[in-house]
Amino acid sequence: MIALIARDSNLIGLLYLVTIICFILALRFLSSPKHARRGNWIGGVGMIIAITSTLLLDGIGNWVLIIVAAAIGAGVGFFGARTVKMTAMPQMVALFNGVGGGAAALVALAEFHIATAGLPTTASVSTVLSALIGSISFAGSMIAFAKLQELLSGRPITFPAQNLFNIAVLAATVALGISLVAGVHDQWVLWLLVVLALLFGVLFVLPIGGADMPVVISLLNAFTGLAASATGFVLSNTVLIVAGMLVGASGTMLTLLMAKAMNRSVTNVLFGAFGQVQAGAGTGMLADDGRTVRATTPEDVAVQLSFASKVVIVPGYGMAVAQAQHDVRQLAELLEEKGVDVKYAIHPVAGRMPGHMNVLLAEANVPYDALKEMDEINPEFPQTDVALVIGANDVTNPAARHDTASPIYGMPILDVDKAASVIVMKRSMNPGFAGIDNELYLEPQTTMLFGDAKDSVVKLIAAVKQT
Amino acid sequence: MNLSVVIELTILALAIFLGFEVISKVPAMLHTPLMSGTNFIHGIVIVGAIIVLGEANDTFLQVIGFVAMMLATANVVGGWFVTDRMLEMFKKRPEPKRESAPK
Repeated sequence: MIALIARDSNLIGLLYLVTIICFILALRFLSSPKHARRGNWIGGVGMIIAITSTLLLDGIGNWVLIIVAAAIGAGVGFFGARTVKMTAMPQMVALFNGVGGGAAALVALAEFHIATAGLPTTASVSTVLSALIGSISFAGSMIAFAKLQELLSGRPITFPAQNLFNIAVLAATVALGISLVAGVHDQWVLWLLVVLALLFGVLFVLPIGGADMPVVISLLNAFTGLAASATGFVLSNTVLIVAGMLVGASGTMLTLLMAKAMNRSVTNVLFGAFGQVQAGAGTGMLADDGRTVRATTPEDVAVQLSFASKVVIVPGYGMAVAQAQHDVRQLAELLEEKGVDVKYAIHPVAGRMPGHMNVLLAEANVPYDALKEMDEINPEFPQTDVALVIGANDVTNPAARHDTASPIYGMPILDVDKAASVIVMKRSMNPGFAGIDNELYLEPQTTMLFGDAKDSVVKLIAAVKQT
Repeated sequence: MNLSVVIELTILALAIFLGFEVISKVPAMLHTPLMSGTNFIHGIVIVGAIIVLGEANDTFLQVIGFVAMMLATANVVGGWFVTDRMLEMFKKRPEPKRESAPK
């Protein structure tokens, strides 16, 4: 035992305060990409202070176990962080949400085990909350990970009376929680609560489709933060309370922003099983009013792009799947050399997590000032010669503006259809994750370039070089 | 630390407002690094894991503490390195390129 710091001393409280300040600064520095990296370093220093001072507390032993567990965890974490592809970032974030939630739930279980008799009310409330939220976050994140990694279908998985069943599971979980707070001190009750909470975590993410993932990942992020904060109450630990709550606030804010970007309430995302409405009605629109989809060739597109004065690139999940971001950047640079003004239009929910497209394009060395947010770029579409849609679908669907029957009605979209000409790069005519036809494809100014986004962009680069 | 619940709740309430205040200044462009950065911050449960494992005096607690410690360390280390890797990529347009795009 090292035991340099007494458990109840002011010293440990002050050290944790330093950590709290470091974390707040880390988030504060994220307000600009210029200083963001420095902020992360400050956060890292804060974490090291918290870990070191906790290890120096009196009563800390089991050093071999601590070192072995930390070595395994650090190895896995480091290896994962280093090797993960930027396109797989949503899965990675889901995974980290999950492990954090899992750790919080385990700490709560352990504290409950240590307390031999009934806990005081605050301690039992926070133990129950920490175990409950942590378990939901763990199981939910694992399902989100499986969906994003395509181990499970990205489409909503539904069964009859699903919402009713989910609510029943949640109600049973809460009932167990209340009985624990009311004084039942039986470990099996808490274990049962954890099992039910895990089940609920699985159930509540299963019916959520791929396009709604940005909302769910943000929500799970908030849950993990709240679980950590609840653990702070269990241990009477300020740094856990504050840091957990900062994450909770961040996750909540992102959840609301993402839901707003889809013009849907969070409850609608969670319980609406989006995509059900029109699933199967996939290609019915083609015969609608005699308008048809026109296919084009890379050569034609290359000519259009080369002689344009303003091109806006609209990336979506399709670009991420095809890993086409580097080729897209190359194409954009080629066009810029020809004197074309090239910008990127980023929809807030393009991709599978908040900011997904920005990270991919940053990886491909696209300067961040070329990336324009929706409100900034929309007024520019009428002056745009060519809008090049690369693997984006629902975020460009004009039906969101006028078709009150459409499930995406009211969702703010990129006004791609206002450009003089629109080229849509797409694998096939299959509808997007929302399962809705995109009437943009039938507009007279739209032509389709079918094929894998990466192949198509590579062909485009070759063709542009020859024009 | 011996804090009364009231003080803890006060801290919590202030943290909520502070959290919203700070996060609202993060631009949409950095939302993915924000998520992975907050991933890293909730890795602070490692403090709880250390206390549980460090004080574990029966097999049950050792197993639970060991797993918690493993998960939390993976969370901290992975979250930090992923965020650092991502933030390193965000670059401004280099000056000479502006000249080659006359408009």
